[in-house]
Amino acid sequence: MEEIIRVENLTHTYGAGTPFCRSAVEHMDVSVYHGELLGLIGHTGSGKSTLIQHLNGLLKPTEGRVLLDGKDIWEEPKKIRDVRFRVGLVFQYPEYQLFEDTVYKDIAFGPKNMGLSGDELDRRIRDAARFAGLDEGLLEKSPFALSGGQKRRVAIAGVIAMEPEVLVLDEPSAGLDPRGREELLEHIRAYHEERGNTVVLVSHSMEEIARYADRIVVLAHGKALMSGTPREVFARGQELVRAGLDVPQTTRIAMELQKRGLPIDPAVYTVEELARSLLALKKGGAR
Amino acid sequence: MLKDITLGQYFPGNTLAHKLDPRTKLLAVVCYIVAIFSCHSVWGYGAAIVTLIVSARVSKVGAKALFRGLRPVLFIIVFTAVLNLFYTPGEVVWTWWVLKITREGVRMSVAMVARITLLITGTFLLTYTTSPIRLTDGLESLLSPLKKLHVPVHELAMMMSIALRFIPTLIEETDKIMSAQKARGADFESGGLVQRAKALIPLLVPLFVSAFRRADELATAMECRCYHGGEGRTKLHVLRFAARDYLVLAFYVALAAGIIVFD
Repeated sequence: MEEIIRVENLTHTYGAGTPFCRSAVEHMDVSVYHGELLGLIGHTGSGKSTLIQHLNGLLKPTEGRVLLDGKDIWEEPKKIRDVRFRVGLVFQYPEYQLFEDTVYKDIAFGPKNMGLSGDELDRRIRDAARFAGLDEGLLEKSPFALSGGQKRRVAIAGVIAMEPEVLVLDEPSAGLDPRGREELLEHIRAYHEERGNTVVLVSHSMEEIARYADRIVVLAHGKALMSGTPREVFARGQELVRAGLDVPQTTRIAMELQKRGLPIDPAVYTVEELARSLLALKKGGAR
Repeated sequence: MLKDITLGQYFPGNTLAHKLDPRTKLLAVVCYIVAIFSCHSVWGYGAAIVTLIVSARVSKVGAKALFRGLRPVLFIIVFTAVLNLFYTPGEVVWTWWVLKITREGVRMSVAMVARITLLITGTFLLTYTTSPIRLTDGLESLLSPLKKLHVPVHELAMMMSIALRFIPTLIEETDKIMSAQKARGADFESGGLVQRAKALIPLLVPLFVSAFRRADELATAMECRCYHGGEGRTKLHVLRFAARDYLVLAFYVALAAGIIVFD
């Protein structure tokens, strides 16, 4: 697979030259491949948010480079806006950025900034609303009259409408109830599968990442600790625990069972898988 | 970039200056201001400068931090200096084209620069060593006699401390919303005046909405804790004058009185 984004040796220092200076990201290397759904995971303070703000050029690296399709995004600083249209970033709690008087106009803000108008603009808005799971009927309502979950979908639709090659979502499900969370993530998955676009999903919930991501990058203390498929990453469950990170509950059960002598693969990460391997063990007559 | 703004920033510490009662410091600053504005001779200014240096030393505030507070008013200082330098009538010592400098002009502009610098650094010393909460506490206590005249002193002090408390929160929020809109292609940096003003709408609307939401939440939280204004309200930290407060205050009063009488 081909790389779409490559982060090379990235370091970012906040407040350089003051007594409050600290590096949020230090010598980090991360790759994002074409068409994958990448899960970024790490504790608060692991550098997640700092990293993703470099992907679309909101922050400038103190050291290192960010390559988009092999080209340094800061090669032409005047064209950084084009990078922002190609790498769409949805912030944490994006519902607080809404400002227009109708949902339709708010979703139009991004594509309008790209210079779009007429039928193409209308098509993009309706497409984006559908991907985010918003009813047509909501489009003419005021965004401030909607519920919290609906507002968040409007904000996500506002970024999807720019049709970015890479969609980056920072904790899109934070603060939603379990059902709203699942619905939203299913919509994101459907968008990813239908469009075949690259999606980067940032989360601190191992369960969420394990269920949705094709590949996982684990961040800790401003560095990329490991990367690989969910199976590869959770097979190193002990290391994750040592780095102070969680593993999915199912992996934790499998790890405990293995410790007590059951011949079970500790890298299982969904309930279905765990059930299957336990049944297989039972049938095999091991104890 | 927005985080660089220092608005009377507080440097925590444990020096004599930090331990003083905020009322003492407020009154001392008032005395100090009276003193600088009554200065006429080199001796007067000398006394004021020495006082400032000693106070800064005691509070362990570095010269760099102290002078950083001058940066926003640098223009005013330069402007005053130039104006006084060229437009004070008196004995001419230097002329060039239509410009002329007088002996009185030089004296005047040096005096004005010294005055403004001392004024700003002196008040900065107060905010560097006093937390906003203590400052408003002190102000409330000093102004409490006005309550007899039905001035809502407690309410004003409460408003002030809430406003101070929320400045950093609002700055952070502005930063966040700005980034979010930039991610959608908003452009805050280019275009003419009208275009720039229009570009602020996507920033200001969410900012106001969230400020109102915060105010609402804070009001509810305060009501839940039975806040009902200043009537009968007691304090966790009661302000009390100690011996050091009387000493410091006596010194500053003496400084002001001395300069008024002898200078």
